[in-house]
Amino acid sequence: MPVFLGQQVHHVVLDPRDRRTLLAASRQWHLGPTVFRSDDGGATFKEAKVPPAFVKGDPRGRAVDHVFWLTPGHPSEPGVWYAGSSPQGLFRSEDGGQSWEPVSGFNDHPEQHKWVGSDKDQTPDGGKLHSILVDPRDPAHLYLSMSGGGTFESTDRGADWKPLNSGVAMDFAPPKEDGSEYPYGHDPHCMIQHPANPDRLYQQNHCGIYRMDRPEGRWIRIGKNMPAEVGDIGFGIVSNPRNPDCAWVFPMDGTGDWSRTPPSGRPALFRTRDAGASWQRCDVGFPKENAWWTVKRQALAADSGSPMGLYLGTTSGEVWSSQDEGDSFSCLFRHLPQIHAVTVGEPA
Amino acid sequence: MRVFVPSQLRSYTGGRSEVEAEGATLGAVLDDLDRQFPGFRFRVIDEQDRVRRHILLFVGEEREERLLAPISAGAGLFIVGALSGG
Repeated sequence: MPVFLGQQVHHVVLDPRDRRTLLAASRQWHLGPTVFRSDDGGATFKEAKVPPAFVKGDPRGRAVDHVFWLTPGHPSEPGVWYAGSSPQGLFRSEDGGQSWEPVSGFNDHPEQHKWVGSDKDQTPDGGKLHSILVDPRDPAHLYLSMSGGGTFESTDRGADWKPLNSGVAMDFAPPKEDGSEYPYGHDPHCMIQHPANPDRLYQQNHCGIYRMDRPEGRWIRIGKNMPAEVGDIGFGIVSNPRNPDCAWVFPMDGTGDWSRTPPSGRPALFRTRDAGASWQRCDVGFPKENAWWTVKRQALAADSGSPMGLYLGTTSGEVWSSQDEGDSFSCLFRHLPQIHAVTVGEPA
Repeated sequence: MRVFVPSQLRSYTGGRSEVEAEGATLGAVLDDLDRQFPGFRFRVIDEQDRVRRHILLFVGEEREERLLAPISAGAGLFIVGALSGG
């Protein structure tokens, strides 16, 4: 049975720390943004008492249009959550998502307006802050990404931020005359940090697929190893929680009019088992032709099983699954509305 | 004053389409509604005190967006989910 029928849920996340608290980032067309919270694994929900919102009187007049992303905090900080919004804002809760405060170190950073740019630098539905990552070794070490704006890193729990975009293409901007790179303004679509090797980062960008192994500070475009006729444009990326060299993407057409549909109408995930040096097409079970849906960044998920399960929700309202790490797929659900998010949780 | 509540907001009013609220200004009435029905105001007015994009407010038959606008007790407040919001 549907919950919140008529609302758009951009993200829904089960807290892995207690495996009971479930947060949902909801937008209702008339009523705007909020966060709903369940403490019984989704049986019942209550609205946050203080939803994410910018400071009243914000000098730039910002107001949250929708909450786009939710990330549970570090295991040593139960009750801490982070939220990312459109327009790009970072928010933090310390009471399990019941009340939210703006993270001033990011939202009011003196350079933040330069990072996010103008209206023409945003994704079509408005700029978004997403992929908030908390280093499992250090709760003060955070990453986030923005569409647009780029990827940023904080080592002081969000008090200050530095761009982390070296090596990332920015095909939508002219080359700089001095040959240098733009420090920010990029369009990462999704960034992940491997749980077992937190130095391993992957990024699916508007302009390619990348990997970085910290403390290295430069991204390597592993998408160049994708078949040329497929390209390396997409929204989401997931990895195998037990194998940092193993990752999956869902390529889409980033040529011409940017249809954002599978290249040639033939959906497939691509899998690497060598950290991006090579990729294998995974399409057994998918339609062989004339499938014009895509998979949004929150709608590609992996579980922690062995073999690992993959789950994807489509813009045409289908949920597909693979229980053999991408060797074959089957359709679990049809006839749903456009799917914004599919996430995996292991309830208590 | 009487406040007419659109279907989108009735989860806050226990399903009621009409409630009573007090206040000398539009903002004060909305504050009173929020006291009675926690969370109500933020779904109508954003954090910068702007009426949300797809919400319309009428005092009597007149559209109103100014929170400081005075309201006479005899006028009804009509909160409407705008067509633009679907």
